[in-house]
Amino acid sequence: MDYSPPYQMRNAIPTWERDAAPSRSVRGRVAVAGVGETPYYKHGRAPEPEVKLALRAILAACDDAGVDPRAIDGFASYSNDRNDPSRLAAALGIPELRFSNMQWGGGGGGGSAAVGNAAAAIAAGYADCVVVFRALAQGQFQRFGAAPPAATASGEAALTFPYGLISPAQRFAMKVMRFLHDHGIGPGAQRAIALASYHHAQNNPRAVMHGRPLTAEGYDESRWIVEPFRLFDCCMENDGAAALLLVSAERARDLRQRPAYLLGVAQGSEYRNAARGHNAPTYASASFTTVAPRLFAMAGVTPADVSVVQSYENFTGGVLMSLIEHGFFTAEEANDVLTLENLIAPGGRLPLNTSGGNLAECYMHGLELQIEAVRQLRGQSPNPVPDARVAMVISGPMVTPVSSMILGTHEVL
Amino acid sequence: MSAPAYYLPAGLPRPVAEPDGLDAPYWEGTRVGELRVQRCRACRGWQWGPEWICHRCLAFDLEWTAVEPRGTIYSWERAWHPVHPALRGRGPYVVVLVELPHAGGVRMVGNLLGDPMQAVRIGIPVVAAFEPHDDATPPFTLVHWRTA
Repeated sequence: MDYSPPYQMRNAIPTWERDAAPSRSVRGRVAVAGVGETPYYKHGRAPEPEVKLALRAILAACDDAGVDPRAIDGFASYSNDRNDPSRLAAALGIPELRFSNMQWGGGGGGGSAAVGNAAAAIAAGYADCVVVFRALAQGQFQRFGAAPPAATASGEAALTFPYGLISPAQRFAMKVMRFLHDHGIGPGAQRAIALASYHHAQNNPRAVMHGRPLTAEGYDESRWIVEPFRLFDCCMENDGAAALLLVSAERARDLRQRPAYLLGVAQGSEYRNAARGHNAPTYASASFTTVAPRLFAMAGVTPADVSVVQSYENFTGGVLMSLIEHGFFTAEEANDVLTLENLIAPGGRLPLNTSGGNLAECYMHGLELQIEAVRQLRGQSPNPVPDARVAMVISGPMVTPVSSMILGTHEVL
Repeated sequence: MSAPAYYLPAGLPRPVAEPDGLDAPYWEGTRVGELRVQRCRACRGWQWGPEWICHRCLAFDLEWTAVEPRGTIYSWERAWHPVHPALRGRGPYVVVLVELPHAGGVRMVGNLLGDPMQAVRIGIPVVAAFEPHDDATPPFTLVHWRTA
């Protein structure tokens, strides 16, 4: 058997036929019953230790749902969160820990996957009440945007760090530059994504950039971080914690809030996405080209059915590619579709990052986006989209694995 | 003052081979002016970055082949914000991703020598320029690029 595709020929890769039995979907079986967060801080400004922030966010999510914290029996997180579920369970006096899960991979790529992992545990009967959480106090630990303080680099880092290609912005600018080149996309597209987040943050008292509006001129005059990213194309770095409480759909119907049902979730990345030294065959990608079709297939909806999108902004160029890979428009349409008017609630064609997101609400490693999607479906968003019934979250473009998810109200079950 | 010896200031992380030796032949090659990539003895496929197994035919039979050090710019970026203390005051610099069509299309990261404000175009040909750091401990050599 010849199972060796030539380098860079994805079409030649053998695939197993997938088992599409209905029992293999979580669609409609699990719901987000509670959401909560701490106040959001500029990085280094959290007045409390990171683990305490995690505990506060978890209690806030329980309170929102009207669930006793002792009902929690599982935890799921991502990106090597430092706060171990066993410690949290002991701290909270939880009678029995039944599920403890860490999604592999860095950046925010695991945000939706962690929700999916929690939902799978509930659907499979491992646990009944699972918290998805993320806590970050970068001021107390190493910052993401600065070089790690090591004198040497080995492995993948040896191929890039000595050339001054070190930070996430520098790593991903290379992908975005190629994508913009391939499709003739101008600077206005990235600018519109940044402006939409700042626009929405002005109505959101939780947002770190509340009261700090951004104009097109302010964007254009901002300094380059690394071309093609200006300052406002890059996420903030923040301190805080966020949590969601997941239970079965049946149980969610008896709780305090209107359930946000999980319609679909998918994670992963393309063929050899992690080939070292920027050798991914599908290079100019947000890593969703294979994930997005699986997401829509499970959810049973199309991009046209999606009321509102929260798309992880590590960098605006990643949002641009994420939206294209999820089928909202083509690369050739990007210059026309990506305008501020189209991206803002309530009336835009594709309301995007309606809490302010990573750029202007808080860089809670994207988990604030899951919370905002839930609030949209409840009508509790600071920038509500009228009659929002289907809300999408896209987590962590350009890393691997990435993940995305779709939530819906009971009307779309 | 004389022109700086290196494209980027000393003090950035120094590349060292992995403890398990996976990429040691690459770094040894740079010291003798060779650009080496992996090639599978079984299926003759090219592979980069380094791995212990051939991703095409799954043979653990990879050799290191010196390839002609030229290619074309696949992507690029101009970095402005100094993310490392050694880069403070350096000003902008250009990083390129270079595709090697004659070696299966593998790609290499390096700096593009010359004026950091030069116009950079995807697709133009470049040749490698080896930059030995003989004063480092241990010594190493970086592989930069210049327009052909």
